[in-house]
Amino acid sequence: MYKVGIPRSLAYFVYLPLWKTFITELGHEVVESPPTSRDILDRGVKEAVNDACIPIKLYHGHAAHLAGQCDLLFCPRLVSVRKHGDFGSETFCPKFLGLPDMVRLGLKDLPPLLDTRIDLKPFGSGNWEVARDIGQRLGNSMARCRRALRLGMAAQRSFRSLCQQGMLADAALEAVFNGVEPTRQTGTKQDITIAVVGYPYAIYDPYINAGLIKILQQQGVKIVTQDMLSERELNRQNRKLPKTLFWYFSNRAVYGGLHFMSEGQADGLIHVTAFACGPDSMVDRLLEIEAKRHGTPYLPIAVDEHTGEAGVRTRVEAFLDMLRYQRRRR
Amino acid sequence: MKISFPRMGYSYIALKWLVENLGHECIVPPEPSNHTLDLGVRYAPEFACIPFKILLGTYIEVARMGAEAVVTSGGMGPCRAGYYWVMHKYLLEEMGLPLKIIAMEMPLLNLGDFWGKIDYLRRGGGVSLKELLRVLKVTWAKVKAIDDIEIRAHQVRPREVRRGDTTRAINTGLDYIDAAQGEEEIRQARQEAMDLLVGVERDDERQPLKIGIIGEIYVVLEPAANHYIQLLLGEMGVETDRSIYLSSYTRKNTIINLEGDLFAIARPYLNEAPIGGHGVNSIAETILYARHGFDGVVQLAPFSCIPEIVAKSIIPAVSRDFDIPVQTVFIDEQTGRAGVQTRLEAFVDLLQWRRERRHKQGKKVFSI
Repeated sequence: MYKVGIPRSLAYFVYLPLWKTFITELGHEVVESPPTSRDILDRGVKEAVNDACIPIKLYHGHAAHLAGQCDLLFCPRLVSVRKHGDFGSETFCPKFLGLPDMVRLGLKDLPPLLDTRIDLKPFGSGNWEVARDIGQRLGNSMARCRRALRLGMAAQRSFRSLCQQGMLADAALEAVFNGVEPTRQTGTKQDITIAVVGYPYAIYDPYINAGLIKILQQQGVKIVTQDMLSERELNRQNRKLPKTLFWYFSNRAVYGGLHFMSEGQADGLIHVTAFACGPDSMVDRLLEIEAKRHGTPYLPIAVDEHTGEAGVRTRVEAFLDMLRYQRRRR
Repeated sequence: MKISFPRMGYSYIALKWLVENLGHECIVPPEPSNHTLDLGVRYAPEFACIPFKILLGTYIEVARMGAEAVVTSGGMGPCRAGYYWVMHKYLLEEMGLPLKIIAMEMPLLNLGDFWGKIDYLRRGGGVSLKELLRVLKVTWAKVKAIDDIEIRAHQVRPREVRRGDTTRAINTGLDYIDAAQGEEEIRQARQEAMDLLVGVERDDERQPLKIGIIGEIYVVLEPAANHYIQLLLGEMGVETDRSIYLSSYTRKNTIINLEGDLFAIARPYLNEAPIGGHGVNSIAETILYARHGFDGVVQLAPFSCIPEIVAKSIIPAVSRDFDIPVQTVFIDEQTGRAGVQTRLEAFVDLLQWRRERRHKQGKKVFSI
């Protein structure tokens, strides 16, 4: 039995149900890094290459934190999860492609990496290839792998369906693993709906975005995110772009934004972007221009290691004031 | 139609000929200047990389000079460069500039689209198919001749006796190529240009340091974007070899040529290829330059360039294992020429010191 560490960053927020269930069902123990803290962030900033974006630095911090607590570090190389895009070549940001090597060569005293390559684009049964590879490395039988994969996929499906019922991903994760009664978003009074789009690791990590989600909820806002939409609803937006983007998470954010703008479900759009994020330099301006054309109020929030709660709160409050003022005038 | 294109090094000489001989009017893009960059920075997203900003600035400039269309490249990612044209289109629309962008996507992925755009340009200029093929062939000959001349110039410059002789010779040589009209004329022009470079008075006693230049294609190819780094180094008495030339893919005589091999060389360090742009190449090229006995490597990249950041985080390990110093220069709109020069001078000093130390140690070994 191995102790397998999973850093709480990047794809963690959308694939944890599958990963954790799969590894646990194989009979191993999963160790998650704690929620992001000042300590972890500082560690990441220190260890990672200085030009990297905040999420990558954060990942280094989480990985470094897990060193010594686990026998293996689960750091899959995410290459693609579907065949999509103009050339069918949708992939992840180059930093995801090089992540295991960056971590391996950048951090000292790390346990061996479980750096399985996840490339689901070419085969039909891609999930199984990945599961078999992990199972072999962990020394499990094929039958056990097959069963674990089935259970993992089931957990992932229930997570997805909870999200699509309007739950935020962090609440849905809680519900999947701890069996907490699925609670809908409740607040005092929800008079305004805001679409929050961006990368899962920027939206659902309350430390790095200075508690943006909580601030919005306190202000009586109903939050919708791209993860609450079905694949079909998202992919329909593809046609509106001259060319699809190359990155999975960026495509989801852009499609989500376009969906909420064109369906008129949201009163405003907030894009959470990470400082020095490469793909986001394109995504952010694209959404800004599209929001202008759709007449949807738009607020970009860029987060970095210095983001303070007060700064985010001020901007959000001003944005909401503007929306409510507009509504009263109408 | 009045057509323009992005400027990248000296390739504009060949592209100008191409556009004119397809029966269009060519608006030659001006060399990127501070003004170009200012325009680009004003309208581009803050974290876009520097090639995006320079290109946007260039497009605005050529649009004001009367260009109706620009022909540019596409791409399939995951480097941002493949999405440039879409964002440029959005931004130009927002500015209200009526500039049409014709983006050439990779022919392997969508041959119909690629051919359609070529054919559109051909019919617009009223050129026959046969003529089109001839024109493309001659253009390619020009690209190759230009690269040949440049490669030679970088070898000659560190040995020149009077500073600036090589630069004058290469400029005259490029004018010859510019004036040449057919393949035979290009061959002659190339020969004359080479003769000029060979004629530069040299001091062959010198043993210049050798530095390999790697990194992202645009900042490597466009001297105005990299603060004339090869000229700077050449005049410091350093011989430089550049990893990327437009005609690299068809060459056998340069150190860096075959892409497939590069991926295999980089595999122990980066077990995934391609990762977009020239990220994997940079790692492999560092190894190759080390194996070929170069004294050091300079990595050029635009600020926030994703593949090069991945490369940069891995290169320290390569540098350690192969004992070759690497200086990374990230370029953005704030980068000043003096800053680049200072860093290069310090780097060259370091390399010089390493060489002398090795020399001394070598002697000691023999004296024992």
